[in-house]
Amino acid sequence: MSRLERARRDTRFGAAAAAATFGSLLMVAPIIWMVLTSLKTEEQAVSFPPALLFRPTLAHYRAALDDAFAGFALNSLLAAGLSTLIVIALAVPAAYALSVRPVAQWRDALFFFISTKMMPIAAGIVPLYLIARTLGLLNSLAVLVLLYVGMNLPLAIWMIRSFMIELPRELLEAARVDGAGPMREIGSIILPLIRPGLASTTLLCFLFAWNEYFLAVNFTSTTGTLTVFLQRFLSFGRLYTAQVAAVATLVNIPVVAAGWLAQRNLVRGLTFGAVK
Amino acid sequence: MPTTLTLRAQAAAEAASRPDAWAGWRRRWALRLPLLPALLVTVALTQLPFAMTLYYSLQRWNLLSLRPRRFVGLHNFVAAFNDSTFLHALGNTLLMTGSIVVCSVLAGTLLAVGLNRPFLGRNLLRTLAITPFFIMPVAAALFWKAALFDPSFGLFGWLTASLGLGRINWLSQHPMVSVVMISAWQWSSFVLMIILAGLQSFPEEVEEAALVDGATRAQIFRLLTLPHLRPFLELSALLVAMYALENFAAISQLTAGGPAYATTNLSYYVYLQAFSAFSIGRASAYGAVSLLVALALVTPLLRLVSGILRLEGR
Repeated sequence: MSRLERARRDTRFGAAAAAATFGSLLMVAPIIWMVLTSLKTEEQAVSFPPALLFRPTLAHYRAALDDAFAGFALNSLLAAGLSTLIVIALAVPAAYALSVRPVAQWRDALFFFISTKMMPIAAGIVPLYLIARTLGLLNSLAVLVLLYVGMNLPLAIWMIRSFMIELPRELLEAARVDGAGPMREIGSIILPLIRPGLASTTLLCFLFAWNEYFLAVNFTSTTGTLTVFLQRFLSFGRLYTAQVAAVATLVNIPVVAAGWLAQRNLVRGLTFGAVK
Repeated sequence: MPTTLTLRAQAAAEAASRPDAWAGWRRRWALRLPLLPALLVTVALTQLPFAMTLYYSLQRWNLLSLRPRRFVGLHNFVAAFNDSTFLHALGNTLLMTGSIVVCSVLAGTLLAVGLNRPFLGRNLLRTLAITPFFIMPVAAALFWKAALFDPSFGLFGWLTASLGLGRINWLSQHPMVSVVMISAWQWSSFVLMIILAGLQSFPEEVEEAALVDGATRAQIFRLLTLPHLRPFLELSALLVAMYALENFAAISQLTAGGPAYATTNLSYYVYLQAFSAFSIGRASAYGAVSLLVALALVTPLLRLVSGILRLEGR
């Protein structure tokens, strides 16, 4: 390779890097814009050309936290947190039975789980609603926890299984020779080994439950999650731009944090373990 | 296949003597036990409602009507295909889902190609570029509506006015474009993650060898990288389609399905039928149709995944 060729390649690469930089910044621009807007006064937020230099104010955050926000935030935390705990508790043994000591029909079972994830919720919403109404579960956190368990369980099983399948066989065999039962095998050998993967699975399930809207808005109102809060209390628009921005920023802090933390194993979860 | 072997051994043992048969049965169920709770929960929360949807779809049943529910056969389905709004929603679903898939796969792939090679600040940029995927869709939609799409107070209105295009009212003039724009924005991050993983798994030696052989970058991309990326592209397109089919938050916040049903997709129409019209039978029939649409997508997706499972070879 001549020096000239190498140099040409490098400049072209420089152009690619510049394009990638521009594209990435464009992707994140609406989010940066949202955070900036949340720190402006309402007048500044809707004045153009937009002021990039301004004295930031936290007034909108204070107003957001004064409102019913805290109650809905707690509901979000409980619905997402509890459903994720249950999902992990159910998914770990299931993934074990589909990888480490597989049942004969492990392939069928895996397909069953993934196929339920692919069915549109619209196809089940009516009976679910009627059942919840009959059981008096409408507008309760319990119904959301249940529904989110159903929503995230297939994903968690596939994801956790993809981590278990990579464990060295010899290690598990050794444990079995030592007389460890399934409970001890999972608790003291498998779980410690797949801890990073388990953490990512937890974060991803939490993220999906936290952001879920369709079920929350149809099954709950006053005991809803933050998605319901946003929809009910902030749909008036117009001069409330900065206020909307502040609440939208607040509700996204936990999920953006979760997403960033889970980054490394995220692809695996999002593709049901198909892409490592 | 150690499992089939053990099963065969078990079968042989069963044939040999009764107590061993009992032991084999117990062994099989001991293996299945850890799977059962998850299986039962999933059946109860997903399969049962689907079955009930199919049952309800065969009935005339409106919660607001005093008439008792009764069996009407396929009447709701016939009515569905005579309902121009339903057909409109079906068309919207295909258009919306297709546009979101095309836009997000294109943008996500371009970004992934750009972010594949190391350069200063790349990891930070990658983290920033995937962030839109984490954003709560309702929050994103509300903010875009107030701060970007609004014709008099939004950034886009100001931008188009500065460019001499006038203050475009995105949500009423281009409602479909608006919904696709915000959804594709979030899903591009998702595609970016998958395609980037695909690019990272492309063996560097192959590329170096091709360079030594005098191939240009463009040739390498077209003849080597792209074929390698194909399953990743297919997987991301199908997954985006699967999720975009259920697009709800953006529609309900930005346009509420309007104007004049211009952005009503199937799931939004099911929602309107069930929770505004309280027409249980109708909504169930529409839900069943959306199930069929999903199946058309899911079948190739499952084939793809089954290929991956086979590769895993267990």
